[in-house]
Amino acid sequence: MSTAAVTDKRPGSLSGARLPKWSPWAIAAGSVAVAVGIGLGAGLGSKVQWGLIAAILFVLGTYGITARVEGRRQAKDRVATSLVWVAFLLAVVPLVSLVWTTVSRGVKVLDVHFLTHSMGIVADTETGGGIYHAIVGSLEQVGLATLMGAPIGVLTAVYLVEYGRGRLAQAVTFFVDVMTGIPSIVAGLFILSLMLILELDPFGFAGSLALAILMMPVVVRSTEEMLKLVPNELREASLALGVPKWRTILKVVLPTSLGGITTGVMLAIARIAGETAPVLLLVFGNPFINTNPFDGAQASLPLYIYQQYAAGGDAAYDRAWAASLTLIAFVMILNLVARGIARWKAPR
Amino acid sequence: MDITTTTDVPPPASPPSLTERKRAARGATRPGDRIFLGLSRGSGILLLVIMAAIAVFLTYRASLAISRDHGNFLTTFEWNTNLNPPVFGIAVLAFGTIVSSVIAMAIAVPVAVAIALFLTHYAPRRLSGPIAYVIDLLAAVPSIVYGLWGALILVPHLRGLYGWLDTYFGWTGILSWEEGAPRTMLAVGILLAIMILPIITNVSREVFRQVPRMHEEAALALGATRWEVIRMSVLPFGRSGVISASMLGLGRALGETMAVATVLSPDYDIHASLLNPGGGTFAQNIAGKFGEASEQGRDALIASGLVLFVITLLVNGAARAIIARRKEYSGANA
Repeated sequence: MSTAAVTDKRPGSLSGARLPKWSPWAIAAGSVAVAVGIGLGAGLGSKVQWGLIAAILFVLGTYGITARVEGRRQAKDRVATSLVWVAFLLAVVPLVSLVWTTVSRGVKVLDVHFLTHSMGIVADTETGGGIYHAIVGSLEQVGLATLMGAPIGVLTAVYLVEYGRGRLAQAVTFFVDVMTGIPSIVAGLFILSLMLILELDPFGFAGSLALAILMMPVVVRSTEEMLKLVPNELREASLALGVPKWRTILKVVLPTSLGGITTGVMLAIARIAGETAPVLLLVFGNPFINTNPFDGAQASLPLYIYQQYAAGGDAAYDRAWAASLTLIAFVMILNLVARGIARWKAPR
Repeated sequence: MDITTTTDVPPPASPPSLTERKRAARGATRPGDRIFLGLSRGSGILLLVIMAAIAVFLTYRASLAISRDHGNFLTTFEWNTNLNPPVFGIAVLAFGTIVSSVIAMAIAVPVAVAIALFLTHYAPRRLSGPIAYVIDLLAAVPSIVYGLWGALILVPHLRGLYGWLDTYFGWTGILSWEEGAPRTMLAVGILLAIMILPIITNVSREVFRQVPRMHEEAALALGATRWEVIRMSVLPFGRSGVISASMLGLGRALGETMAVATVLSPDYDIHASLLNPGGGTFAQNIAGKFGEASEQGRDALIASGLVLFVITLLVNGAARAIIARRKEYSGANA
């Protein structure tokens, strides 16, 4: 913006010589032309190399020409600008490719049949089959994890914000931070070590326990932020009327921040719904429909993707992509709804 | 009920004693209060208990495994837990975990900082909002989807890059290639970089947005170019924020399981070249070896998980310490 403002000044003002506005495009066109020339001349096959040569020529050309006309400082500024743009475009490529391939390959086999059938009698190499068993497993495991993780997380946040003084609160704050960084596979190994001691076979609820551990710190963090946003005047007004503190919290503080808390919980659900590693260790996977999370191996959507990938072959890959699309759609819808609630309920 | 009694009976007749008033001020006199405080404090304590339990149980099972190990747990290259006696060590895993994370950081941090700068200082206002929103959403894409994409789309495309690196930089030894499938450390590092890019970008963008407007305007008023504004006011202000963002990304890269498990074909040996098979990572090894592991094999995997746990604790602790120091610093400076 500053550049534009300065360029508009008439000659004879305080600003120095300036390149015209179209000069970056001209330099770009020139460097692409030279790069194509070099590429054809040297017989380089790969188009990526042409692009690289063009990019290097563009940066060098910009620096050289600007340094001549506008001075070294301006030249550095322009090079920095082009590098920032290059970094942005560079990062966009894989991320766009990820979304594009998932959608374009996912829609191939994604239909009602796919969503309502299991893999029970379908071999991994055959076409057909579906993800019904995986959806059931995922919903049950994530649901149970939420039932455990969300209340504990919210209550801990209430403790930290409303009651928390002294060493215990400090310790809890610190360890919530630490817990946020636990790799999901370590949470899985923790439950696994318990199962080894108790000599249990894999079952759905074990996965829920690990997911709840991963969920708690996320819920605590977001709820804490939301509770801190509740104005103290509201609390004081309620307490001044003689309302007990616990009722103040339940009837005044929590309802005020309910939108934000819901958002945090939904984002946490979106995070654990995609976790594969603990489910792989604890729930094991099962091609048949098992609706009982407390007995026997279950399937889960992220685990299904991994197992279909591991099975290999076009039919399995197609199913893996379709399941990925379902999972991403689920996570994205949760995210979008959560953000919608956050915006709608935002404290004004 | 409570309300009427407290307002109807005027206190002056019998002023509450000091201890009573203290107790009332603490707000723990009514049974409802006591129950609620107990519940919320209880969940806080439960979190602490869980953390302690994680450390205790992992250490317990790990000690069982290490006492049976007939190799050196720290320096052995093999991972043969089904032998009798078992021989396993974490040397290869530690090597692979560190190398892949370092590659990921080397690629992701500069690019993420550049994107964050792009969003806060270069992009047109109308573009930067939606782009930031999309990058936010990309941070939520499950890692298994990154893994699937990495294995089926990224790896085939890396052949060109591998060939190019081998042709021009093969002489360094680090980047020589024997024409195998490009499922090696470099591929893992690139995929991890793509995965942690959204997180680092988001946090850095938040930090850059908090740079005091006055600092930037002061620099502009002195005739600084946009790059000089960034170098003199934005980057110094955001440095610790970027460092802690990178540490968070590093924590995720270290513990990433599924994306590495799908892309890497592990090799229990260490080679100089990043383009030839060599090395695994802690998390990938756990996911990969779990299926075939007997009970002592599982204990061995738990032992390697304990090492990963400690490493991520250290990294996260460092990140938190930097953030905490930044708070004091910016408080004095704002």
